[in-house]
Amino acid sequence: MPDTAIQDGAYNYAYLDEQTKRMIRRAILKAVAVPGYQVPFGGREMPLPYGWGTGGIQVTAAIIGRDDTLKVIDQGADDTTNAVSIRRFFARVADVATTTRTGDATVIQTRHRVPETPLKEGQILVFQVPIPEPLRMLEPRETETRTLHALSEYGVMQVSLYESIARHGRIAKTYNYPVLVNGRYIMSPSPIPKFDNPKLDRSPALQLYGAGREKRIYAVPPYTPVKSLDFDDHPFEIETWSESCALCGSKESFLDEMIVDDTGKRLFLCSDTDWCQERQGEREGAPPEVPAK
Amino acid sequence: MSYTLGTHDIAAGFVDPPHESQRVFRGVLDAFSHPGRIVTVDDAPAPPGGLCCATAAFLLTLIDRDTPLWLAPEFDTPEVCDFVRFHTGAPIVGGRAEATFAVQAHDQPLLFDSFNIGTDTYPDRSATLVIEVPVLGAGPVRTWRGPGIDGQASVAVAGLDHTFWLDWAANHSLFPCGVDVVFAAGSQLLALPRAIAVEA
Repeated sequence: MPDTAIQDGAYNYAYLDEQTKRMIRRAILKAVAVPGYQVPFGGREMPLPYGWGTGGIQVTAAIIGRDDTLKVIDQGADDTTNAVSIRRFFARVADVATTTRTGDATVIQTRHRVPETPLKEGQILVFQVPIPEPLRMLEPRETETRTLHALSEYGVMQVSLYESIARHGRIAKTYNYPVLVNGRYIMSPSPIPKFDNPKLDRSPALQLYGAGREKRIYAVPPYTPVKSLDFDDHPFEIETWSESCALCGSKESFLDEMIVDDTGKRLFLCSDTDWCQERQGEREGAPPEVPAK
Repeated sequence: MSYTLGTHDIAAGFVDPPHESQRVFRGVLDAFSHPGRIVTVDDAPAPPGGLCCATAAFLLTLIDRDTPLWLAPEFDTPEVCDFVRFHTGAPIVGGRAEATFAVQAHDQPLLFDSFNIGTDTYPDRSATLVIEVPVLGAGPVRTWRGPGIDGQASVAVAGLDHTFWLDWAANHSLFPCGVDVVFAAGSQLLALPRAIAVEA
């Protein structure tokens, strides 16, 4: 790394000062100790606007070290503006190796997706969270939602899901789908598609969630039960579709829809670019298929 | 408030604080994420007084002027106090209830409920206890279950009597309130967060 900030001495290692890192580290430990509970922390101003991952960046800055390999994704893609900026930021201020390969990363900061490649023990997934409070749209007062969490009084959430069924015939929420962590706290999984919710359940990786504007950190330790809320007669289900990825042919990954011309021709592509590229590589390396006679 | 340093030398802290504390923290985070897992602290400086390496590294990494520290009488020595004050600036308090962090030995009565257990609305405001034990990975084996453990884990911590685990069960039953414990021996530590249920 020719021009790291460490060498020019303009910033402390990983941008944040040591006092701030200690404060965030203490919050992270309490978050891990009470899975799903939102720990308030003294969020700092970061060199990018709220909504661009200030919470995730502060969590990553507090945990990252020179031995780490960092991957950053934005809605599954490694090559979008937000992902590229954050990756370059940490390569510069934390002297850290970066990768786009899910399997090679020790820390993965993500905006709104969980990688398709199953995560391993020892990996840390850092989520960027816009609104950490799952009850916020149902109860605007912080004092009230805090009390509801303290009392495990989650009827209001069940009612909102029931109203969705009454109106649409099913639970119509498709992203930011609320979960119950370890049977105690209802948690917002951040705006990941509900397609990704099953990946949170008993994941071998540590999940850390950072909300910069709202100044909250919460966590799900490895192997912790994460249940998507539902009803006995309306069980939680993820979406299925008949299309497959135009580039790699994947049927099992989460697909983005693209309009490719003026006549409205549509194309479906994997949202997870690393997953898609690995599969394309496998297809190119594989012997050509012999058409069946 | 005036305070004079003693005539003895102050034990050294981290040589390279940002990186050493980062590595120690990742060890501690690994320990909290996998309760019962023994983590070795490689970057521990030579500890002062009766502290072990892991405790000293833990304190250097996590405490500062915002976190009152309570020391059990046997650790409340000039060497340890000077070490803490000089390197971290953490206020050393006389009452357990005021402390955010505490250091205690395994053979003293623990009195979990005399520490801050947090509140139902703010369970994160509870204390974290470092308990020094003779050795980790030896002694009576107990079964641990809870978040961070895949099914169950068999964990041995030496030097704890039956009363400790009765007290722990009471602390665990307070969830989401309750204190979190870190056991330290030599340069090793393992974590026992409040969410963990322990059976004989």
